[in-house]
Amino acid sequence: MAKYSLNTPLTDADIEKLRAGDVVLLSGIIYSGRDAAHKKLADLLDAGQPLPFDLKGASIYYVGPSPAPPGRPIGSAGPTTSYRMDAFAPRLISLGLKASIGKGKRNDEVKAAMREHKAVYFGATGGAGALLSKCITASKVIAFDELGPEAVREMTVKDFPLLVINDAFGGELYAKPNLKE
Amino acid sequence: MKEIKAADISAAVARMCVSANTKLPDDVRRKFEEGFKNETTEAGREIFRQLLENADLAFETKLPLCQDCGLAIFYVEMGEDVVVPGGLNKAITEGMVAGYKDGYLRKSSCDPLTRKNTGDNTPAIIHIDLVPGDKLKISYMAKGGGSENMSRVTMLAPSQGWAGIKKFVVQRVAEAGPNPCPPVILGIGIGGTFEYAPKIAKKALLRKLDDTHPDPKIAAMEAELLAEVNALGIGPMGLGGSYTCLAVKIAVEPCHIASLPLAVNVQCHSARHEEVEF
Repeated sequence: MAKYSLNTPLTDADIEKLRAGDVVLLSGIIYSGRDAAHKKLADLLDAGQPLPFDLKGASIYYVGPSPAPPGRPIGSAGPTTSYRMDAFAPRLISLGLKASIGKGKRNDEVKAAMREHKAVYFGATGGAGALLSKCITASKVIAFDELGPEAVREMTVKDFPLLVINDAFGGELYAKPNLKE
Repeated sequence: MKEIKAADISAAVARMCVSANTKLPDDVRRKFEEGFKNETTEAGREIFRQLLENADLAFETKLPLCQDCGLAIFYVEMGEDVVVPGGLNKAITEGMVAGYKDGYLRKSSCDPLTRKNTGDNTPAIIHIDLVPGDKLKISYMAKGGGSENMSRVTMLAPSQGWAGIKKFVVQRVAEAGPNPCPPVILGIGIGGTFEYAPKIAKKALLRKLDDTHPDPKIAAMEAELLAEVNALGIGPMGLGGSYTCLAVKIAVEPCHIASLPLAVNVQCHSARHEEVEF
């Protein structure tokens, strides 16, 4: 298991060196987006409208942060469960999304899209939202403000600690449960 | 009759919402410390290390432990001799709304169809049991969506018995895998009815992780189920290890002769709850 410091936007070369289990400290701009925002992004694509950010090389963080208290760029900001975005992820990956950040399993369609288009799925530690917020140095809503915690935010991160859960070669980190039957 | 002021209830509820979301309960912290020492995988120990650091930081900064501050669940035991002028539900709801606003807690409640956020985390989910006496006990739980989504209710056939119950619970945890933020805590409701089993399952999650069920038979069932779930090896955040589940809490109630209702309420490791008594 290797450890890398990477900057966004991510390139094919960045993705090709990553393997499940690697630790990545990610820096640069990432975009928040979860359930309702993904639906809106899909609606924009269906309507042939531009998205609020460039998907090429982009990283999307599945997060709905708590409100920023005075003097802080953001509140608590840990990952939400990723499978709910599986219905939308393959399309975004095919359009240039290089990384999604969340927690929990992805379905076969997402994994296939990651292999085909060179993308990875990162895990962040669920339930460590206060700790993870320390790595977010700036945040501003860039779309869908009406969604409140689900709005799309442009976040600046510094050494955001991630684990490669699914790489672009079919590798997966999660333990398979030992079921007897 | 004992009169309790609505304003006092609201103030206490507001305080509980903020406190529970920013201070990890001591029994949960002790389990994290134990896991940090004893987990068999390095990745699992690292998760416990991060969770302990997160708890310290949340306590110092008053940032929520988790950005998902949950739907606000209240289990109330209200003495029959207690009266709350202005109304108990209103007092709890107003306290919850104030706590979530002033504590910078996330509002996570929305219309199920339009998905429009209600904006103030309402409604509070309030379960009231009337009990003899003049005490009022209000327990608050911040219940996150990720673990709630992994919960299930099923109506087993009576012939399936304890073996069928165990099989369902173990399979549920296996299928949930990393999704609900393991190590989880399981609230298990056995018996009752279709709506009552999950109600007692969730209430069981209010117990201390290191308590022992007063009925030795149920205590033994909890221990047996805990061992079987931990044998799955899912580990902290699904990265492998011996800490898949921190505790199993079982509630048993009589049921219909035709039924064996079973509810599995999955709780993430960030088990945030507090109680107040008047």
